[in-house]
Amino acid sequence: MPPHAFRPPRRDWRGWQFTGPFAAVFVFVFIAPLAYALWLSLFQNRLVGGNAFVGLENYQTALTDPQLWDGFLRVLVFLLVQVPVMLVLALIAALAIDSARLYATGLFRLVIFLPYAVPAVVAVLMWGFIYGDHFGLAADVNELLGTDLRPFAPSWVLASLGNIVTWEYVGYNMLIFYSALKTIPYELYEAAEIDGARGLQVVKAIKLPAVRGAVVIATIFSIIGSFQLFNEPNVLKPLANNVINSYFTPNMYAYNLSFAGQQYNYSATIAIVMGVITAVIAYVVQLRGTRREDR
Amino acid sequence: MSTMKRRTVIGTVPAVLAAGTLAACGDDTEAAATGKPEDLDAALEKGGKLTYWTWTPSGEAQAAAFTAQYPNVEVEVVNAGTATDEYTALQNAVAAGSGAPDVAQIEYYALQQFVLSESLVDLTQYGFTDLESQYTASTWAAVNLGGVFGLPQDSGPMVMLYNQAVFDEFGLTVPATWDEYVAAAEALHTADPNRFLTNDAGDPGFAQPLIWQAGGRPYNVDGTSVTIDLQDEGTRRWADTWNRMLQPGLLAPIPTWSDDWWKALSGGTVASLIIGSWMPGILEGSVPEGAGNWRVAPVPSYDGSPVTAENGGSAQSVLKQSANPALAAAFLRWLNSSPESIAVFLENGGFPSTAAELASAEFIGKAPDYFGGQKINEVCVAASSNVATGFQYLPFQVYANSVFPDTVGTAYTEQGDLNAGLQAWQESLESYGEAQGFQVN
Repeated sequence: MPPHAFRPPRRDWRGWQFTGPFAAVFVFVFIAPLAYALWLSLFQNRLVGGNAFVGLENYQTALTDPQLWDGFLRVLVFLLVQVPVMLVLALIAALAIDSARLYATGLFRLVIFLPYAVPAVVAVLMWGFIYGDHFGLAADVNELLGTDLRPFAPSWVLASLGNIVTWEYVGYNMLIFYSALKTIPYELYEAAEIDGARGLQVVKAIKLPAVRGAVVIATIFSIIGSFQLFNEPNVLKPLANNVINSYFTPNMYAYNLSFAGQQYNYSATIAIVMGVITAVIAYVVQLRGTRREDR
Repeated sequence: MSTMKRRTVIGTVPAVLAAGTLAACGDDTEAAATGKPEDLDAALEKGGKLTYWTWTPSGEAQAAAFTAQYPNVEVEVVNAGTATDEYTALQNAVAAGSGAPDVAQIEYYALQQFVLSESLVDLTQYGFTDLESQYTASTWAAVNLGGVFGLPQDSGPMVMLYNQAVFDEFGLTVPATWDEYVAAAEALHTADPNRFLTNDAGDPGFAQPLIWQAGGRPYNVDGTSVTIDLQDEGTRRWADTWNRMLQPGLLAPIPTWSDDWWKALSGGTVASLIIGSWMPGILEGSVPEGAGNWRVAPVPSYDGSPVTAENGGSAQSVLKQSANPALAAAFLRWLNSSPESIAVFLENGGFPSTAAELASAEFIGKAPDYFGGQKINEVCVAASSNVATGFQYLPFQVYANSVFPDTVGTAYTEQGDLNAGLQAWQESLESYGEAQGFQVN
């Protein structure tokens, strides 16, 4: 064997040249902010007394903070009700469009998707005017029909928000399901037809199993979105006076602590606590979802 | 979540970068603290560039008049948001150590918070204490916080605006006491369930002046020790009176400044307002349908004496971050004490804080048709000399106001007991104050 074959391999930077630009941006945009939030969460910067290292004290406070868990419970309830409703509606819409029995499917697809294209703040303001029980549409309906619709009442406001979010995201989820349905090979339908399967049988035996993966993905997105709930309640806050409070959702709580209360450190702690919880729940859902898929 | 993190980081990453800059600037800050009154005219002569944050409608016009007089100085007027939106931006700039303007508008209630964080220049060094006699007692007290930390722009002594047409239609007389006011509220709402004597959906910027007027002094600030008592005699007096209107549903649950509110004012649904003296100009501009119907009267009293309080009003302050504090102070002096600037401010409907303008025959003699030819400034000027003294705001009032809806707001929504809401607010403020290192109670 020629001796040069034993030469130790030269350090090769070519791989880094390819991944370097990505890694730099990734570190700057993802890792650095996370690390900085973690760093912040270990300190307390007080108006009186200045900045001090406090170890895990902020986490201790967060774990026993009734306002944080009040907000958390609220988004959890929101999640458990709103996400299933939205995903079932999206699935029905996707199946309807895919069924080839609908006239002008392109139009339906576009119209259902359209709310997603409206900027969230604009959409919520629009709904705010619809919900207004003094001079909004709700007031007109109440006057016309003698009803007592009050979408901003404390017992209704979560449902009103759920309605807005569902309206916004049904189209988006429908598109995910529809594209999953489109990947089903035609042969499967042919085989089903030869076996004598009809209508709902095809849906049950072919279509639903095929979109299971997409449903898991959409569920994970929706869980993350629910825990992040911020725009919709924050825009409605001035309209739903006193009903949407400063800790309505964990994100709103963190926002108020940081921007009105100058508690950047505690705000970072809450962001991290919520991030960990969201990641754990999303991971569990993914594990369960994929396990069922294997069966 | 990701948005949240990004926001937090945007606000604070520069802090790290700025730490070095601050250390480097240490000498400059020392130099600035020993400025002299002569520096101002020298700075105006020399010229330079200033940034001025304001949401005052006349801000641009005043800056233009200033540069016409002092062509060497360039003033960039920025609307960085109204009130709390601006404070958020300002706080972030202070925390970051860069990005703050030279001069900024800050409402009286929020001033102390910025003094405490050592963000503002003490203007005593430039001889601003000599300007005291130019301002009303209450506005000067608002900027004189252990040093002169701003100059008063305007004031808002509270008065009562009422819709004479509605009062005539329902046979109401102008209430002079709060008991009469509550009785009128009941009479109007009983006669027409769609009408209310006034609106209040829970607003800290409204409740606190009312507490002030009732004799409440809930906050006592002495350096870093703070006493909070939202159940003192005066505060309870307000809450008990207000309960008599809130609980039977006599207060229209319409947030002030909302679209609904403007519609309610145009339509006569809300028949009176207890509000700062800056309101007549705004009402005339925004509710043209009310022309000829509205009048101004003193705020109802508890015991017959004509006591009122300040509702709103702003000062302008020089930020420590300013690279040219002498020039910034010179601009500020012109902005809030020169007759040229105040004339522009008054043209735009503002209500002054300067004694000379308040005493001028021209100002007092105005009799706008909108108010049926009433000399409304007679009432407003009288109010400005009847502002009760000794009311202090908290050194974390911006935060305090942000959690008012969580606590007192609940009492409004449930039409419950305001005293219970005030107690909940107090608890929330105590725990925040303690967490921020204050000695509370």
